Amino acid sequence: MELGTDASIALVAIAPFAAAVLAPLVHHFSRPFAGWVLALVPAGIVWFLLTMVDPVLATGAISARIGWVPAYGLDLSFYVDGLSLIFALTIAGVGTLVTLYAGAYLKGHAHLGRFFAFLMAFMGAMLGLVLADNMLALFLFWEATSVTSFLLIGFDNSRMAARRGAIQALAITNIGGMALLVGLLLVHQATGVWELSAFGDEIRGSAFYGPVLACFLLAAFTKSAQLPFHFWLPNAMEAPTPVSAFLHSATMVQAGVYLLARVTPWLGGTPVWTGILVSIGGATLLWGALGALRQTDLKQMLAQTTIASLGLSVLLLGLGSSYAISAVVLYFVAHALYKAGLFMVVGAVDHEAGTRDITLLGGLADRMPVTFIGAALAGLAMVGLPLTLGFFAKEEMYLGLLHWQWSDIATLVVLVAGNALLAGIAMLVVVKPFLGPELPTPKAGHEAPVTMLVGPILLGAAGMVAAVMPDWLGQTLLQPGASAILGQPVESHLSLAIHPANPVLWLSLATWALGFLVYQQAATLRTVLRRLEARLGWTADKMFDALMFGLIRFAGAVTRLLHHGRLELYLVTVFAVLAVALIVPVGVLGGYQLLLPNAELGNWSAWLTWPELALYEWGVVLLALVGLLAVLAAPNRLVAIIALGIQGAAVALIFLLFGAPDLAFTQFTVEVLSVVILALVMTRLRLDERDPREWEDLARDGTLALVCGAGISLLLMVVLAGDLDTRLSDFFAATSVPIAHGANVVNVILVDYRGFDTLGEIAVVMGAGMAVMALLRRRKVAS
Amino acid sequence: MNTIIFRTMAPIIVCIMLVYAVYICLRGHNEPGGGFIGGLIAASSIAILGMANGAEATRRALRVDPLSIAGIGVQIAALSGLASLFTGSPFMTSIWLYLELGETIVPLSTPMAFDIGVFLVVFGTISAIALGLEEGEAG
Amino acid sequence: MDQVLAVLVGCFMAVGIYLLLSRSVIRMLLGLVVFGNGVNLLIFTAGRLTRAAAPIIPAGLAQAEGPMANPLPQALILTAIVIGFAMFSFLLVLAYRAYQSLDADDTDTMRVAEPVDAPNPPLSY
Repeated sequence: MELGTDASIALVAIAPFAAAVLAPLVHHFSRPFAGWVLALVPAGIVWFLLTMVDPVLATGAISARIGWVPAYGLDLSFYVDGLSLIFALTIAGVGTLVTLYAGAYLKGHAHLGRFFAFLMAFMGAMLGLVLADNMLALFLFWEATSVTSFLLIGFDNSRMAARRGAIQALAITNIGGMALLVGLLLVHQATGVWELSAFGDEIRGSAFYGPVLACFLLAAFTKSAQLPFHFWLPNAMEAPTPVSAFLHSATMVQAGVYLLARVTPWLGGTPVWTGILVSIGGATLLWGALGALRQTDLKQMLAQTTIASLGLSVLLLGLGSSYAISAVVLYFVAHALYKAGLFMVVGAVDHEAGTRDITLLGGLADRMPVTFIGAALAGLAMVGLPLTLGFFAKEEMYLGLLHWQWSDIATLVVLVAGNALLAGIAMLVVVKPFLGPELPTPKAGHEAPVTMLVGPILLGAAGMVAAVMPDWLGQTLLQPGASAILGQPVESHLSLAIHPANPVLWLSLATWALGFLVYQQAATLRTVLRRLEARLGWTADKMFDALMFGLIRFAGAVTRLLHHGRLELYLVTVFAVLAVALIVPVGVLGGYQLLLPNAELGNWSAWLTWPELALYEWGVVLLALVGLLAVLAAPNRLVAIIALGIQGAAVALIFLLFGAPDLAFTQFTVEVLSVVILALVMTRLRLDERDPREWEDLARDGTLALVCGAGISLLLMVVLAGDLDTRLSDFFAATSVPIAHGANVVNVILVDYRGFDTLGEIAVVMGAGMAVMALLRRRKVAS
Repeated sequence: MNTIIFRTMAPIIVCIMLVYAVYICLRGHNEPGGGFIGGLIAASSIAILGMANGAEATRRALRVDPLSIAGIGVQIAALSGLASLFTGSPFMTSIWLYLELGETIVPLSTPMAFDIGVFLVVFGTISAIALGLEEGEAG
Repeated sequence: MDQVLAVLVGCFMAVGIYLLLSRSVIRMLLGLVVFGNGVNLLIFTAGRLTRAAAPIIPAGLAQAEGPMANPLPQALILTAIVIGFAMFSFLLVLAYRAYQSLDADDTDTMRVAEPVDAPNPPLSY
């Protein structure tokens, strides 16, 4: 690969981020056309990705890398194979139309620039996610999609429902994000590489398989709203409709499906994998489909069917046969096209008619004919009628299960039931609002603006065009995508021919018939399901609230426990820890033996000699002790100040006696100044005659203080018994005159050798002075 | 505090202390002393003057706000370290210059400038604190 | 003499900690000064005590002839004394201001930041 390709593939993921930064500006300067201008970015990406189709078809995969953190051997590497290309094309393609659509849908919104910025950032994150080869990059992009999704769901942040939906989505998907990180790190641990494309079958046999599988499944299930994490997706519908069309049907929620597809070659195929994916996926499919029937809000219905479709994809990935994998690829594209289209249609209806309640809508086809065509195109694909992508996807699903084993039959029943329910809902969504008697709506709607119609029409048409060219479809879409998932070549066998002898055809017919039945009995089914739901009482959604509020309560209680606001207890904690830290190593763990070598243990008298101190030195020590006792016992302010001066003077004398005239000098001056300043302030402060503490507190504090003091003494003695490394001091003493031209070594260290330190220290002194001045000035202003 | 003896003697004491402080600061490189000690002594003298004459009068006598003196000190100290950049050495490498003035040789150096900076910081800060507190007492 | 100084350092620390644990702000300040002195002495003693000459090289010599005191801890302590004093002044004024605005010098009654009846965090999104 030449260098240019590496950079341009990276640019696919980076360009939308750049656009995100510029979006508010673009919006500011090209108000009505901002959507058009910004749609150029994803459109350009689509164009670039199309040029890569042929190379990928020819070579199977293209990898690219640019340096990221060379010190750790990390590259920002990308890997474009059939799977990532299909996802990337769908993301950029739907993204282009959604950007156009959003410009019209949110026309005149005060924060449209911000909205475009979030949308572009999401697009970059999503493209990066599906193109990334480096596992850490994958994780970063994965988390970036969660964060941008949070921002977009909470876009209308003045409504509590939007905030709740945003927080819920972030919390649930981030659980998965953390699991993904752990899983990726485990994979790195097991294989030693950071590139997803760099290893084959090492994981499946290793001890890491179980944990890695658990982590990846948790990540995928939370992201793709599988049971029992499904409940965040309906709440995410609080986002503006373009976001729902883009993130929460076509792309972001498919990230979990993408992840499972990506890891299929080295995690899939085991009984555990099949068992979990098929059962969870099947349950999610039915739950979502029945959930959709319960709703009357068109958007909520679509959200629930998205859950069902995601469950269907997971189920198919779990089956793992080449038919099932082909079906996943086809179904992903078909679903992205029809579901994004339907969301846009619903948005247009909401925009023009002022309501999304299916029971309040009817006969809109006359007023909104183009919208109706868009809805019909999408609906045909969702029902899975011939000449649509959905038809092929459904055929492939059934084809893989014709072995007449019990497990296959059970799966088939679930699939047919799920598909039938989805088909019924599709008919409901398309037929009920547009056909039949016209009902009055809050807004007298007319046809939606052209930018809101381009999306559904183009997406529906794209599905149709793809479906009438089965050979081309198989060659460029199905084969590379399915091969990439399975890790081995897959033959395409799509054709438009209908074989009456094939049981698949009869299964399809049964699906449609059942679907029509569901459509007919929708109202009855809805009542029954609602009654069941009411009987159930609690939902995962309510449990999330309980959990969140419990967490807040718990955090509050912990904060109250730790931040009780009583300073002396904080200090007691600090010094108790200090006492333990001092006593345990020196006393309990035997540090004192340094002081008292084992050989001399019996020879106490040798150690207990009377220290050789001159009389005046004893005098100074005594002075210090007197000063300390006086500070403790000070009955009033004056005694306290004087006592403080005494102990300070004693310290200065100690410095003077042991060869530190500079220190003695400084200490004396400081003591004088301390006394002066204390005298200035203390006259205005009250010092209680008695210590306010009760005797229990006094005993506790006294014991603690004595233990700490004894510990420090002991530690210091142990230190003194050891050797001192004097190399630095010797160096300073030896070179002070020859190279620093100063005889006072202490001063030379201060202003020359360690001048940088001193500079910092005088800055601190200056800072303290400014703080004092600020405090005093506030007092003046206050008085 | 404001006895007549104290008020009369204070300026003289302050003069002596200030001169002594500068002396201590300058000799610090070779004998006990230095910017920290010198600054503290000078600040003590200002505190004494403040007690005797009042903070307002002392501020007027100082002419410059003491905290500004401290700020100038920090800048002198930092700039003295920058001087070594002209010789191509790392930050704070000392440079020595020996001026011959007739009989005596006067050694000038960047560490000396640095020490003067330290002196000014300590002097300015502590004086500002002391004067601020004395003002508070009067008010 | 090392042992005597070590015990003395312990006494400084003990008195300092005992005062810091008292609830009266002024006592805590006194304790802080004592504690600071204790820390300075600790560094000083840990750098080994000597009755030998100060770390000043006699005129005309390139290096000291006899033993001399360890200059490094002295340089550390010198700045520590001055910074300690600056911090002490700051804390003193802070305590004074707190006393003025809260009319209290008992830390148990100074609970502006963490009031006794702090409300529960809101249960909402």
